[in-house]
Amino acid sequence: MQTLSLLVNRLLQLLPVLLGIAIVTFLLLKLTPGDPARLLVGDRASEETLAAVRQEYGLNRPWPVQLGTYFGKLAQGDLGESIRFRKPVSGLILQFLPPTIFLVLYVVSLTVPTTLLLAIAAARNHGGWADQAIRVFGVCGFTLPVFWVAIMLSRLFGVELGWFPVSGYGTGFLEHLHHLFLPALTTSIWLVPVMVQSLRAALLEKSEADFVTAARSKGLPERGVFWRHILPNALLPTLHLLGVMVAYLIGGTIIVEAVYAVPGLGRLMVSSILSRDYSVVQGLTLFFALATVLVTLLVDIATTLIDPRVRL
Amino acid sequence: MSVLAQHGLSARRAVSSWPGTLVLGLLIIGGWLLLAIFAPLAAPFDPNAVDILHILEAPSLTHWFGTDQAGRDVLSRTIFAARVDLFMCVMGVVPPLLIGVTVGLVSGYLGGVADAVLMRIYDVTVAFPFFVLVLAIVGVLGPGLGNFFIALALVGWVTYARLMRAEVLVIKTSEYALAARSLGFGPLTIMLRHVLPNALSPVLVYAMTDAVLVILAGASLGFLGMGAQPPLAEWGVMIADGQSYVVRAWWICFFPGLAAVTLGMGLALTGDGLARLLR
Repeated sequence: MQTLSLLVNRLLQLLPVLLGIAIVTFLLLKLTPGDPARLLVGDRASEETLAAVRQEYGLNRPWPVQLGTYFGKLAQGDLGESIRFRKPVSGLILQFLPPTIFLVLYVVSLTVPTTLLLAIAAARNHGGWADQAIRVFGVCGFTLPVFWVAIMLSRLFGVELGWFPVSGYGTGFLEHLHHLFLPALTTSIWLVPVMVQSLRAALLEKSEADFVTAARSKGLPERGVFWRHILPNALLPTLHLLGVMVAYLIGGTIIVEAVYAVPGLGRLMVSSILSRDYSVVQGLTLFFALATVLVTLLVDIATTLIDPRVRL
Repeated sequence: MSVLAQHGLSARRAVSSWPGTLVLGLLIIGGWLLLAIFAPLAAPFDPNAVDILHILEAPSLTHWFGTDQAGRDVLSRTIFAARVDLFMCVMGVVPPLLIGVTVGLVSGYLGGVADAVLMRIYDVTVAFPFFVLVLAIVGVLGPGLGNFFIALALVGWVTYARLMRAEVLVIKTSEYALAARSLGFGPLTIMLRHVLPNALSPVLVYAMTDAVLVILAGASLGFLGMGAQPPLAEWGVMIADGQSYVVRAWWICFFPGLAAVTLGMGLALTGDGLARLLR
């Protein structure tokens, strides 16, 4: 019951954020240089057509009214219409969503075990050469340009060795796994260092906690202290890590999808920008923000379920 | 004389007690700065000189990094591109830093409505993945470095403000701040003379991480055709240019990327070292 009221409270806190996200995406479209009506009808349209379009889309009304209309449409799940595809943006997002979800889950399943392994190895021999190596790797790996890694890997594994396809999505689960391996690997290579650094720090912090000192002073062997006391307590930071990952992941997948021609949301975003299909850009930005907020919320809820001490 | 000698000695000692990562990081950044400043001297060829007779040549003693599809020397272009990327780094980090520090200082010190509004803006901005928001803003404003800097100024200041505010909240209740207040100094003096200098270290450490993010974002935009515009040599643009030839000529893509990695590593190491030094 108490958990429920905490949950409701947390959801209420989200409201201003959601409102803010909607306002930002609304303003995004207001940044477009030039006349949005002109953009809709093309360069050679007459003044009458322009006026009609302005009337139809409410572009001649004051901003607050337009914002109100935008909110009203959002509430109904209406994200506007794509000029390029002549389709509702929400439908487009659903259409391009599966490869991106597949890719994201793929990356997570590659990243989390690797991160755990490396971070544990580093924390277990704190100060040793393995720790130093992993720390340097953590500092440097983050600086890799994702698209560069993508191109180099696709040349090596795709062209040179011919092990993996370098573009597309394929059909069926196994083909997806095969096609998306390089994109997922590329994103992981960039992501793992960031995550390892954060988890390693959490593990080291825990290893100096009072309960660990207590366990040591009871005379528990160091192995037992690590596996029974330090690691379970580092579970929460790991979970938190997943929340942190999402924002990086979405940013990373956009580039990776562009390089490997994966028909997902990132590619849709880039191609929409290039073809000035702004309502799609707006809808996707909103969607990405909502996805981030949702994952963060889920991570928070899971955290409270695992650890009753944490308040939402 | 002896005072001077002592001073010199202690300064030297200070440097030698710096963390190794800081020294290494600063050396790498310094190296790139020198290369960028003296690019015309350091580059063996004109970066834009087209040479149809020597296109897509593999790395050799004449062309250390090979030549691209127009016969341009990849090494020279990589060196000249450092100018653009370093400029990007400065223009992408400094304005957000200045805005963020000011906002964080004022809202943290004064509190009240300004503070509440700032925190709401922070909550909303971090809800967007950084690269998505930057990409969307540049996409809507139109391609080019100027719009990239505008996007970063709009998005990037928030983290600085947040970091600054957290520090200021601690420092404003510290004894020296109280002492300054009881001596009758005004809020402006206390903020600038007492709070600001003591609150800067987390901001400076984060600025290094931010610089890496800016380089990555800038190169990514260049790669997608939305950042620096060709024929201006920029690492991301060079990689994009070379992508279609990567099967025949890997070096066009490889070396600009390597350059970005080394500069990024210099910045990341400096950040790591600064964090250790200032802790």
